[in-house]
Amino acid sequence: MRTAMTLVGAATLAFAVGAQAQVSNDVVKIGVLTDLSGAYSDLSGPGSVQAVKMAVEDFGGKVLGKPIEVVSADHQNKGDIAANKAREWFDRENVDIIVDLVSTSTALAVMKVAKEKNKISVVSGAASTKITNEDCTDTNVHWTYDTRSLAEGTGRAVVKQGGDTWFFLTADYAFGHSLEKDTSEVVTAAGGKVLGSVRHPFPGQDFSSFLLKAQASGAKVIGLANAGTDTQNSIKQAAEFGITPKQKLAGLLIAITDVHSVGLKAAQNLYVTESFYWDRDDASRAWSKKFFDRHKKMPTMVQAGDYSAVTHYLKAVKAAGTDDTAKVMATMKAMPVNDMFAKNGKIREDGLHVHDVFLFQVKQPGDSKGPWDYYAVVQTVPGDQAFAPLSQSRCPLVKK
Amino acid sequence: MTEIFGVPLQGLFGQLLVGLINGSFYAVLSLGLAIIFGLLNIINFSHGAQYMMGAFVAWIGLMRFGLSYWVALAVAPLLVGAFGVVIERTMLRRLYHLDHLYGLLLTFGLALIVEGFFFNEYGSSGQSYDVPEALSGGTNLGFVFLPNYRAWVVVVSLAVCVGAWFIVERTRLGAYLRAGTENPKLLQAFGVNVPLLVTLAYGFGVGLAAFAGVLAAPIFQVSPDMGSKIIIVVFAVVVIGGMGSLLGAIVTGLGLGLIEGLTKVYFPEFSATIIFLIMVIVLLLRPAGLFGRVQ
Repeated sequence: MRTAMTLVGAATLAFAVGAQAQVSNDVVKIGVLTDLSGAYSDLSGPGSVQAVKMAVEDFGGKVLGKPIEVVSADHQNKGDIAANKAREWFDRENVDIIVDLVSTSTALAVMKVAKEKNKISVVSGAASTKITNEDCTDTNVHWTYDTRSLAEGTGRAVVKQGGDTWFFLTADYAFGHSLEKDTSEVVTAAGGKVLGSVRHPFPGQDFSSFLLKAQASGAKVIGLANAGTDTQNSIKQAAEFGITPKQKLAGLLIAITDVHSVGLKAAQNLYVTESFYWDRDDASRAWSKKFFDRHKKMPTMVQAGDYSAVTHYLKAVKAAGTDDTAKVMATMKAMPVNDMFAKNGKIREDGLHVHDVFLFQVKQPGDSKGPWDYYAVVQTVPGDQAFAPLSQSRCPLVKK
Repeated sequence: MTEIFGVPLQGLFGQLLVGLINGSFYAVLSLGLAIIFGLLNIINFSHGAQYMMGAFVAWIGLMRFGLSYWVALAVAPLLVGAFGVVIERTMLRRLYHLDHLYGLLLTFGLALIVEGFFFNEYGSSGQSYDVPEALSGGTNLGFVFLPNYRAWVVVVSLAVCVGAWFIVERTRLGAYLRAGTENPKLLQAFGVNVPLLVTLAYGFGVGLAAFAGVLAAPIFQVSPDMGSKIIIVVFAVVVIGGMGSLLGAIVTGLGLGLIEGLTKVYFPEFSATIIFLIMVIVLLLRPAGLFGRVQ
């Protein structure tokens, strides 16, 4: 009996040692930390969890012979809840990577925790440029979009169309400030002028006072530096108070779910910059149909980004032969991204995934052939134009 | 152009008008809360959820059954009020003899359940509800463009507030309600059906919340979290006005709407917080609220 136990013990030890050389804890665990029930749950939320699950299934459910598990949790857009969940996941549940992280405050908080625990974070949902500048880490990837790419697309296009005086309606937190700042820079660089801004508490509900201020400024364009239901209400109330169509609205962050919610009548002619649209080409159409069959709504760019990011991560784990953070990060940055989300996307030293973004204009009700047929492509903005160049980076990781 | 602290007078009037509109909204909502607390001693934390249900009844009514806005104005308070009556009969009435806290916890839990249900069914993005034809468009008052619908909201809110106040303070039914809270046993001895009165009072308060919800539907997106966003402000209004005072709720609602409007002009980032600052100051100076009576 004793000999048998010793043999079993030795065998287990050998087995365990052998496994640790490849995949930690014999499982690759992906944590989707998102807003499951609040203001951003349609932009991201349960749809993001679906997208990640799809990515794992399409990859085959296993990598390097080990199973892939997906867990998810609700951070309620609160940084402290997100950080606590991340710690719990990294310390006790063997989670290797946390993805999505919609809402800048949660993204920044979790990026710090991930760096501390030497695990990977992938931000698909949040947008502030701080993520790849002042607060950059070498264990983070910023996948889908940032406030600069939104500003470059919509800001520059609207100024070119004649909208050269701007007034901002800004959500009073990091994301809103970032969006206002980046768009102001683009507008000024393109020859326009920023007449002023007003900051509203986040989240808000009634924007009539702030919209009246925007109206009083006389600006040709009112930039909506907010998102989700705030943007929807701003658009609705601007129409109600007769502010549009005399003054133009520029929705700086609009997801297709917002357009679906507000309706084409109110949203028509809005310029929108997105990194993904379901009807853009054959690849996006094919994937989006599969997504729609499961989720019953067309994917937002955040959800498509989650799928693409997780697929890229799994490919990197396979290529690197391990789920060790430093090796996988190096592999992710070395491999180009080529899928339904991006063509020749590249992850830079600051963690930013540079890829093309697209400028759309929301169709008029008569031009739409049915639900979700909302955008007309205006132009493609190449990645190195949309995102800030490395030379302007304030990230300490970037050697200049 | 004359300016006050850098804001042109014209612009200021426009902002004050907007503040008044929001204030009348707060007034209707806080009236329902004040009635429920004043007459039943229940802190109805599900008021926001019931307001949201009113808006959803209007939206579902339009989408599924083609019910017009005007029909919804009558139907939503009745439906949601009936729901309130059921809650009162089955759950709330067991808590009257206990500490206020239990009523608060129960109604808070109910609010979470109701909101969770709607989140599940309808997602977080709001649903659009159009302004009814008859009230669309607006009038250019010179200093501001006043949407007709918002003018309607002010008029009907004030009418409802005055009406409710009149019923409770000046009619026999109202006298029974008030007597019922003070001394239910004595009133019952006189042959008045007190439990029925209490149930109807709760239903009425809930109906008022749903009514406000229908009023809100064309202005704000109809979304499951619309109640939780506004309910804290409404509670602050009721506390400042005095927990049981109807007049307090109405006057404070309007007043706070105006103050919030002014804050949005001069210090917009603070506009969500000013109400609570005022609440703290009022509670320190007059713990029973501006119009309340210490019990």
